[in-house]
Amino acid sequence: MCLAIPGKLLDITEENGLKMGTVDVNGSKTRACLEYVPDIVPGQYTIVHAGFALKIIDEEEAAESLKLWQELIGSGAFETGDELPSTDDL
Amino acid sequence: MGMKHLDEYRDPELARFLLEEIARKATRPWTIMEICGGQTHSIMRNGIDQLLPDTVELVHGPGCPVCVTPLETIDRALAIASIPGVIFTSFGDMLRVPGSRDDLFTVRSRGGDVRMVYSPLEALQLARLHPEREVVFFAVGFETTAPANAMAVRQAAREGIANFSVLCSQVMVPPAMRAILSSPDNRVQGFLAAGHVCAIMGWEEYEPVAEAFGVPIVPAGFEPVDLLDGILKVVGMLEKGCSGVLNAYGRVVSREGNREARKVMHSVFGVADRPWRGIGLMPASGLVLRREYARFDAERRFDVGHIAPRESPLCRSGEVLQGHLKPDACPAFGKECTPQTPLGATMVSSEGACAAYYRYHRNPDSL
Amino acid sequence: MTEPFACPLPLLRHETIQMAHGAGGRLSQELTRQVFMPHLGNAFLDLLDDQAKLTLPSGRAAFTTDTYVVSPCLFPGGTIGSLAVNGTVNDLAVGGARPLYLSAGFVLEEGFPIADLDRIVGSMAEAAGKAGVLIVTGDTKVVQKGFCDGIFINTSGIGVLRQEVELSCRNLQPGDRILLSGTAGDHGMSIMTAREGLSFQSGISSDCAPLNHMIEAMLDAVPGIHAMRDPTRGGVAAVLNELAASSSVGIDIEERSIPVRDEVRGACELLGIDPLHAANEGKLIAVVPDEAAREVLGIMHAFEEGRDAAIIGTVSVDHPGMVVMHTVFGSRRIVDLPAGEQLPRIC
Repeated sequence: MCLAIPGKLLDITEENGLKMGTVDVNGSKTRACLEYVPDIVPGQYTIVHAGFALKIIDEEEAAESLKLWQELIGSGAFETGDELPSTDDL
Repeated sequence: MGMKHLDEYRDPELARFLLEEIARKATRPWTIMEICGGQTHSIMRNGIDQLLPDTVELVHGPGCPVCVTPLETIDRALAIASIPGVIFTSFGDMLRVPGSRDDLFTVRSRGGDVRMVYSPLEALQLARLHPEREVVFFAVGFETTAPANAMAVRQAAREGIANFSVLCSQVMVPPAMRAILSSPDNRVQGFLAAGHVCAIMGWEEYEPVAEAFGVPIVPAGFEPVDLLDGILKVVGMLEKGCSGVLNAYGRVVSREGNREARKVMHSVFGVADRPWRGIGLMPASGLVLRREYARFDAERRFDVGHIAPRESPLCRSGEVLQGHLKPDACPAFGKECTPQTPLGATMVSSEGACAAYYRYHRNPDSL
Repeated sequence: MTEPFACPLPLLRHETIQMAHGAGGRLSQELTRQVFMPHLGNAFLDLLDDQAKLTLPSGRAAFTTDTYVVSPCLFPGGTIGSLAVNGTVNDLAVGGARPLYLSAGFVLEEGFPIADLDRIVGSMAEAAGKAGVLIVTGDTKVVQKGFCDGIFINTSGIGVLRQEVELSCRNLQPGDRILLSGTAGDHGMSIMTAREGLSFQSGISSDCAPLNHMIEAMLDAVPGIHAMRDPTRGGVAAVLNELAASSSVGIDIEERSIPVRDEVRGACELLGIDPLHAANEGKLIAVVPDEAAREVLGIMHAFEEGRDAAIIGTVSVDHPGMVVMHTVFGSRRIVDLPAGEQLPRIC
C-alpha cells in the first residue's frame, strides 16, 4: 500500500515553516518534508513516501543483517542444517 | 552505481540462500498472508510465489487503500470534483478507479479541474496559489500516508488557508487483521506485516493480536530479500509453534515506530468505524478529522446530495481482499473484469491483487 | 503643434503570440520573417509558396504523420520541436526509409511567449540538420487562450524506401534476437519529472534523437533485419507485445540485460513506474536473425545514440503473443501492455 524508497538527504531548508529537504534517489532528486525525522542530517538515508521522509535508515541494523547473511552463505550453514540465529532468537 | 539500501535486497544469491532455508524449514504446508498490496506487487513482479516451495502458500491481504475505499466515497469524490470552481487533487493511484459510473479522468474530460499530486503538500500549495478556488485533496491511505495527509491539514490550519479541504478515506491495519483472523473461513496462519505502516506505527499494537490469535506476525520490507527473510521468519515460528512479533525490517522498523509522525497524525485524525469496500464495516478501523479540524472536511463543506453507489454483482473483491479467493479463481477474472474494464478496485489499482495477477500471471499455464 | 489625426497602427513587436499572428496579415508575415525563416529557411521554404514542389528518387516512398502535444513543451534534452522532427524522422527510418522532406504545422495558443517559440523552432532546425532532412512546407494557426496547451506541432514526412529491405512486425522468426538501442524510459521519465507542480528536480534528459543514420548503417550491413520499431508511447513493453502479437510468436526477455540509466531507475522506483512502460524518443528495437545479432550490435555501439545498445531477448515458439520476462531470481512473469497513461503512484 505504501511505496517508500530509500534516498540520501542532500540539504535542509525551510518552506512555509516546515522543515524540508532534497533527497537524492540514484541521481533523481525529490523534495521531501522532514518534519517527521527532526534529527536527520544531510548524508543520512531516509525512506520517502508521498513527499515525506518517514524514517532515518538504521545503517547499523542494515549492515548487521547483511553481514550475518553473508557469513551464513560463506559458512554453508544452511547446508549443514544449522539453525538460523535470526529465526531462533525467540 | 547501485541504489543503496535497495539493491542489496535484490541480490539473487541472497534470495536463493533464503529460498533454500525456507524450503528446508517448511516441513508442513503453511498459509501466510502478506498484508500490503505493495508486497503483493513485489511478489508477483519478481515471481517469488513461483520460487517458494509447495509447502508455503502466500495469500494476499487487504492493504491497498485504493481497493478498500468504499464506492460511496469514490462517487462522492467524483461529485465534488464535478463542482465548478473546485480543484480536485489526488494521488495518481485514485485517478483511474471507477465509481458507479465513471472515474476522475472522465470528470476531467467533462471540464472538471482534476489534478494529480505526489505529496499532500502540493495540494496545499495549489490552495495557496489559487485563493479564489476551493482545493480538495483526496486523502486516502493507511497509517503510512495518514501522517503526510495530517501535516497538510495542520499546516492549512496554521496558515489559515480556508480554501483547502480533504476527503478522507484512511484506514488502519490491525482491525483488518483481527477481522481476517476472526472469520470462520480463515486460512491465514501467519502474517507479513506491512513494513512501511510499521515504520510509523512500530509493532507494539501487533503484539496483542499475535497473542490473542496465536499467530506469528513479521514486519517485512518490499524487496525480494526482505520478503523472503520475512517468510523465513514466519515459517520458522510456525514450525516451532511460536506466536509473537519478530521484525524482519530492522533498518526501517523499530518497536516504537515514528513517534513524531504518530503525534501529528493523532492530533489531526481520530479513530472511527469505517466501511471497507468489499468487506464491510469494521469498528475503529478508520481515521477521520477531529472536531477541531472539521472545517477542513470536504464531506461537510460540499453538499453533493444522496450518493447511491452501485457495485457490480459479479465482483468478488471482498473475498480476494480477505484471502478467501485467489484472483484467478474468480469467474469474472480476465473475462468481464480486466484492467481496461475493471469491475472492482482490486483490478484497477496497480497494487490490487487482481491487477497484479492479470499483469504478471494471467496465463500461468504458459509460463 | 497638434499631432495629425491617424488611426493607431497595430503593434508589430509583440512578446507573445496574438490572434493576428495566425490571421495571414502583417503579423503573420512578421512571425514568418522573424522566427520561422531565420531557423528553417531553405531553397523550398524560401519561395513561400503554398506547396513544396519536390523531385523524389525513383522507387517506393514512405509517408508518415504525427502530432506532438507534449507538456511541458521545453524539457531537459529537447523541446516539442526537436521531438516533432525526430519522431517523424524515426517513424520513416524504422520502416527502412531514408527520410528526406518534412512538413510542419503549428497550432499556437494566444499568449504563448515568442521567445519560447523561437527556441522551439531553433531546435527543429538543429534536429533537421542532424537528421539531414529539410522542412519544406509549413503552416501556423493561432487559437484563443485556453483552446490549446501553448503549442501543438504536426509534422509529416516523406522518405524513399530501400529496395532490398523488408521490415515488418509480422516477420519475427523463432530464434531471432531482440536488440534495444539504449537505455529504457529516458524520455518518459524526463517529461514526468519536469511537470510543473510535482516535487522533482531530476533533470533527467530526454533521449530525443534522430536514428536514421544508425539505421542506415545497420541495414547497410545486415539488410535482412526482420523488424524495427521505435518504442515511444507505451515504451519497450508495448512494442514487444505488438511484435509478439503480429507475428504470433513468443518473446522472452532477460531482466538483467535491459539497460536503464541510474537516475531513470531512481525516478521509476520513486514514482512506481516500470521503465519498460515509459516512453522513449531516441531508441529502437530491432529484431535480428541470431547469426547477425552480434554484428548489428557492434554497429549500434559505434553510434552515440546506440552506445548502450544491448541484446535483451529472443523470439520463441512458446507462449505465442506473449512477452515473458526472466527475472534475476530465475522466475518468470508476463510483461504486459501498460493499462493507460503512466501515473506516479504512492501505493
